[in-house]
Amino acid sequence: MAEYQNIFTRVQVHAPPYLGVPLPRGAWGRQKPVGFNHLLGRFGDAQIGPIYLGTLGLMSLICGFIAFEIIGLNMFASVHWNPVQFVRQLPWLALEPPAPSNGLHIPRLQDGGWWLMAGFFLTTSVLLWWLRMYRRARALGMGSHVSWAFLSAIWLMLVLGIIRPVLMGSFGEAVPFGIFPHLDWTAAFSIRYGNLFYNPFHCLSIAFLYGSTLLFAMHGGTILAVSRLGGDRELEQIVDRGTAAERAGLFWRWTMGFNATMESIHRWAWWFAVLCPLVGGIGILLTGTVVDNWYLWAVKHHVAPMYPHVFPPVIDPATLPGAPK
Amino acid sequence: MKSSIDGSIARLVLLAGLVLIAGCERPPVETLQGGYRGTAMAEIINPRLDAIKAAANVVPTPIPAAPADGPLASSVYQNIQVLKDLNVAQFTRVMLAMTQWVAPPDQSCNYCHGANMASDDRYTKVVARRMLQMVRHLNTDWKDHVGSTGVTCYTCHRGNAVPKNVWFTNPGESSETGLIAGNAGQNKPSASVGLSSLPYDPFTRLLLEDKNIRVISEDALPGSSRTSIKQAEGTYALMMHFSQSLGVNCTYCHNTRSFAVWDASTPKRTTAWYGIRMARDLNNNYLTPLKPVFPEHRLGILGDVAKVNCATCHQGVFKPLYGESMAKDYPELVGEMHPSEPPATPPATAAPTASLVPASMKSSN
Repeated sequence: MAEYQNIFTRVQVHAPPYLGVPLPRGAWGRQKPVGFNHLLGRFGDAQIGPIYLGTLGLMSLICGFIAFEIIGLNMFASVHWNPVQFVRQLPWLALEPPAPSNGLHIPRLQDGGWWLMAGFFLTTSVLLWWLRMYRRARALGMGSHVSWAFLSAIWLMLVLGIIRPVLMGSFGEAVPFGIFPHLDWTAAFSIRYGNLFYNPFHCLSIAFLYGSTLLFAMHGGTILAVSRLGGDRELEQIVDRGTAAERAGLFWRWTMGFNATMESIHRWAWWFAVLCPLVGGIGILLTGTVVDNWYLWAVKHHVAPMYPHVFPPVIDPATLPGAPK
Repeated sequence: MKSSIDGSIARLVLLAGLVLIAGCERPPVETLQGGYRGTAMAEIINPRLDAIKAAANVVPTPIPAAPADGPLASSVYQNIQVLKDLNVAQFTRVMLAMTQWVAPPDQSCNYCHGANMASDDRYTKVVARRMLQMVRHLNTDWKDHVGSTGVTCYTCHRGNAVPKNVWFTNPGESSETGLIAGNAGQNKPSASVGLSSLPYDPFTRLLLEDKNIRVISEDALPGSSRTSIKQAEGTYALMMHFSQSLGVNCTYCHNTRSFAVWDASTPKRTTAWYGIRMARDLNNNYLTPLKPVFPEHRLGILGDVAKVNCATCHQGVFKPLYGESMAKDYPELVGEMHPSEPPATPPATAAPTASLVPASMKSSN
C-alpha cells in the first residue's frame, strides 16, 4: 500500500483546483474549466489549467500555425497530395531554402520563397513566445531566468537559419525544414567546413550538453536519495540546512571532495544548459565566415594530433602529370 | 482490469521497440581494424550477410581455352569489325561466352543475330560490338582501376541482357507543380543514395559531367573556396552510393577526421579516384554515343541511355566478384591477340559516333 510520505509520492492528492495568484490589472482572466488527469499526475501535477494564452500567446500560436502549414502543405504537395505517401515519406520530406545562386534576393515562392516565409513566421512565433514567457514570469513576480535560457536556444536557431546565411551572403547556406533532410544537411555542413569536431566552440557546446545530462542525473539522484530525510524541500534546506542537505553535501565530499550547495546546483544546471546552445551558436557563426576548414585550422594551431602512417604514402592522383581530369 | 491495461501498454511498448529496430542489421557484427589505433578506421563485417553475398558472386566455370592457331575469323566470317585479331576458335569462344553471360536463354544467339549472322539489323549486335571495344579499352587503358584483374562482360551483366545496376538521369519532379516548392532534387527515400534524403541523382553531375567532387576548402581560412553546402550534399550523396555499391564504410578509403587530406587516406582512395574518371570515360565515350542505336524502351525518361556507376560492376562487393579474375581466362577480351598484325590503334577514347550506327539503322531512328 502506497503511503503519502513527501512530495515525491505515487499517491495523488486531489483538492479543489488552484486558480493561482491574483493577476495584475489588464491581464486576461484565467479561464475555467480546469480538471484533473490521473495519467498526467503520474508524470507531474494532475491539475490541468488554468491556461493563460493572452495576446502574445495567441499571436505566437497563429504565426507558428502559419509556418507549420507552409512547411506541411508544401511537403504534402511534394507527394502529390497522397496521404499514404505523405505518412510513409514524411521523415524524408522537406521545404528547401533557395539555391546558393539566389544569394540574398527574395526568391519566387517555388524557388525558396515558401522557405523564407516559413522561416519568418516561425521566427516571429518563437520571439513572441519568448516575450510571453518573459511577461508571464514578471506578472507572477518571478525572475526571468527561464526566458533567458529559452533565448539561448533561439540564438542557435537564428544563427543557423538567418544570421549566418546573411553573413555568408546566401540563403542557400541555411537549413532545410525536414526531419532527415536537416540531419543530412548537418553532416554535409560539417563535411564542407572540414569537420566541425575541430571547432573549439563545438567542443565546448558538446561539453555543456553532456555536462547538463551529468548534472541533471547527479542533482536528481541526490535529491531523490535524501527526500526521505526532507531533502525534497530544497529551498527550505538552503536557508535552514537540515540533515538531508548535510548528508547530500557530505556524500559528494566523500565521493569527489567537493559539493555544490542546495542553491548553487541550480545555477550550475542553468548555466550548463544555457551555454550549450550559446557557444554552439558562436561556433556555427564562425564557420565559413572566419574559418573555412576546421581540420586545417586545428592542424595550423597544433590542436589536431598527428598519427603515425600505417599505409604506404598516398598522393593526390590529380597532381600527377598526365592524370585524367 | 488494471493489469490488462498494463499488459496492453507493455505490448504496445514492445511493438514500438520492434518497429524502431526493424531497420537494423541482425548480428553478428565484426569489426576489422584498418588504420592506426584510435582513428576508428575499421570495416564492419557481418559474416551472415557476407555468406549470402559470396554465394551471389561466384565466377562461372570458364569455357575451355581455344587453340591459338587456325584461320582468322575475319577471313572466314563477314562484317567483323572489332575481333579481327581472333582466330575462328577464339572468336567462337567469345560468342559462346557472350551468349552465356548476356543473352536471355530463350533467345540465345538470336538475341543479336538474325538468319544472316553478318547483318547489323539488330540493335543488340551493334551495342555488343561497342561493348567489346569497351571491355578491351577497360582492360588496356584503365589498369589504374581494374588492375590486372580486368573485366569481362560478366562483371556487369551476370546473365542479364541489361546489367541490373545502371542509371538514367533523374530529372525529379516536373515543373508542373506551379507555386509549390521544388525539392531541389533530393528528399525522397531513394535507393541510389542509400535511402538517405540526399540528392538522388548525383551521377549526372559527377559521373557524366565532370563537376568538381571536391567541396572541402583547402585553406583553413575563407577566401579560396566558394563551394556551397548544397554541393557538399551532392558529393556526400555520391559517396553514399560508393559505400553501398562496394559494401564498405567511409573509412575504407578515408580517415574521416579529414575526408579531403590525401596523406591520411588509404591507397584504395586512389583506385576509387581512377574509378570516377573511368565511369565518366565510359558514360561519355561508349554509352551515350549509342543513344541512336537503342530502341525507345531501353532509354530513360529524358531519352538518355543506361549508364554505369560503381554498382554496375561492384554489385555490393569491394572488388567485383571478390577480386577473382575472369579476364585471365579470356585473353580474347583483354586486348588484341596479335598486336603485330594490324598497326595497334589504341582503343579510341572518343570514337566517332557515326561509325557506330550502321546505315541500315540510321533511317529507322
